[in-house]
Amino acid sequence: MDKATKTLLEEKALAIRLGTLEAVHAASSGHPGGSLSIADILSYLFFKEMRIDPKNPDWADRDRFVLSKGHTAPALYAALANRGYFDTALLKTFRSADSFLQGHPDMKHTPGVDMTTGSLGLGFSAACGMALSGKISNKDYRVYAVLGDGEVEEGQVWEAAMFAAHYKLDNLCIFVDFNGLQIDGPIVDVVDPTPIDKKFEAFNWNFICIYCHDLEAIEAAAEAAKACKGKPTAVICTCTKGKGVSFMENKVGWHGKAPNDDEYAQAVAELTAKNN
Amino acid sequence: MADKIATRQAYGDALTALGEKYENVVVLDADLAEATKTGVFKKKFPERHFDCGIAEGNMIAVAAGIATTGKIPFASSFAMFAAGRAYEQIRNAVGYPHLNVKIGATHAGISVGEDGATHQCNEDIALMRTIPGMTVICPADGLETYAAVEAAINHQGPVYLRFGRAAVPYLYDEKTYKFEIGKGIVLSEGKDVTIVATGLMVHIALEAKELLKADGIDAEVINIHTIKPIDTELLVKSASKTGAVVTAEEHNVIGGLGGAVCEALSEKLPVPVLRVGVEDKFGKSGKVPVLLEEYGLTAQNIAAKAKAAVALKK
Repeated sequence: MDKATKTLLEEKALAIRLGTLEAVHAASSGHPGGSLSIADILSYLFFKEMRIDPKNPDWADRDRFVLSKGHTAPALYAALANRGYFDTALLKTFRSADSFLQGHPDMKHTPGVDMTTGSLGLGFSAACGMALSGKISNKDYRVYAVLGDGEVEEGQVWEAAMFAAHYKLDNLCIFVDFNGLQIDGPIVDVVDPTPIDKKFEAFNWNFICIYCHDLEAIEAAAEAAKACKGKPTAVICTCTKGKGVSFMENKVGWHGKAPNDDEYAQAVAELTAKNN
Repeated sequence: MADKIATRQAYGDALTALGEKYENVVVLDADLAEATKTGVFKKKFPERHFDCGIAEGNMIAVAAGIATTGKIPFASSFAMFAAGRAYEQIRNAVGYPHLNVKIGATHAGISVGEDGATHQCNEDIALMRTIPGMTVICPADGLETYAAVEAAINHQGPVYLRFGRAAVPYLYDEKTYKFEIGKGIVLSEGKDVTIVATGLMVHIALEAKELLKADGIDAEVINIHTIKPIDTELLVKSASKTGAVVTAEEHNVIGGLGGAVCEALSEKLPVPVLRVGVEDKFGKSGKVPVLLEEYGLTAQNIAAKAKAAVALKK
């Protein structure tokens, strides 16, 4: 990755984090922790990897993105707004009754949202359907999905994993946000889904483990996924929930809570200071 | 042509016949292709049939993903596992985004027979019709099934198609039959009471009309193949003439056709409505005729309820 690209992607990751906090703060509700953890993945996908056109969000040959962990919609909205799908000024309308930025992604009303999600597991299956359709139509688009590590406790995730491997959906690449925390506590204490990588391996997937606050590692994984033929790829991403905001990092309490005015100001100050 | 066919068989045949004309149709099944009869389609179009294994929730959401790309997926399983097991996937991944997914649910109702209660879904109409934007169709015979499948292909949005396991007689003449989503069909005119039936119960309702003749009651028989959106106009027109209504369905009397008819008429033209259906019970194993008898899904019961409805008229 050249320096200019890296700088750009770092800037976009920061914009996604700031947009997330702006949206959640304005709404006084939402899910900052898991949004901050996936900001680098979204920056890479939306600003480097995916073949997309914000002016033509329904372009039939575009790459698809499904946020299967739909509760982290603020990060997706911030990515879409910064990519040019809609005005970044709309981020502060998040979760309000007159906004198209629903609490969870709504493909019918938000430009750039490829699948309605929010109920965990469903997005992953839908991504499999998109990938299958691409295969049988001889289209070369790729499908990306981001799942949570708590989400993989859903049985449907493993139905989808079996399906994708069976139909050799090598045009499908998922990122699992392995931040270790879910609403009720550490994932290993709730109902331990680990080892997640070995599970995907056992389900006949190509799997790659990375530290996901490293844009070059994300790029290497995405490239390896493209190079892998005959198998879908799962990138197991060791992430920090709340990444970039000291008082949110690794705190389960920030899964689904909005910062107050002081906390918001501190979070913005920390993020902007770090990137200067 | 045989004089009887199960609507599930007619479903598989219709998909296969229409598969040529509609290249965008793809079919999904959940390890029941032999029973749901999508296996017939698979033989002709193996490249457009995908077995999802015993994983109905995944199948429905996969269908949703396929629909986002412009194809028209038909996802099939038994009604119990489509509408029941995968209810939440249908609600959130298909209904809410209003995706163009067609759910072909076979083995609905107690006419599943010997497999018993776990496989006899008497709740699917109720579940499906409460999903905003969902169209719910329950055809009465083979010809209507074919027409319903083609109408579903041409309808933009989610459709739940309800089919039965047991063979039912052909009711219509191919030359004159017309199907339109949301339009009920008057099978036989009458003036004293309206019998509104769907699916398997339609031909039984026609038998009930004959029984009622002996008592001097002239029944109108209406086939409501589309339970949602229901043909309120036709129901009101008929009820305003007869003043009494009986519904007949192979479904719980709560929330299905009977519920839908009561909702429609109570707002537009309140008249006595008595319901024939499964009386809020689970099914059980048995031969189909024995079960229909035991659960009151008979011409005799419809006729008895019709007489009671007539007696309730003001």
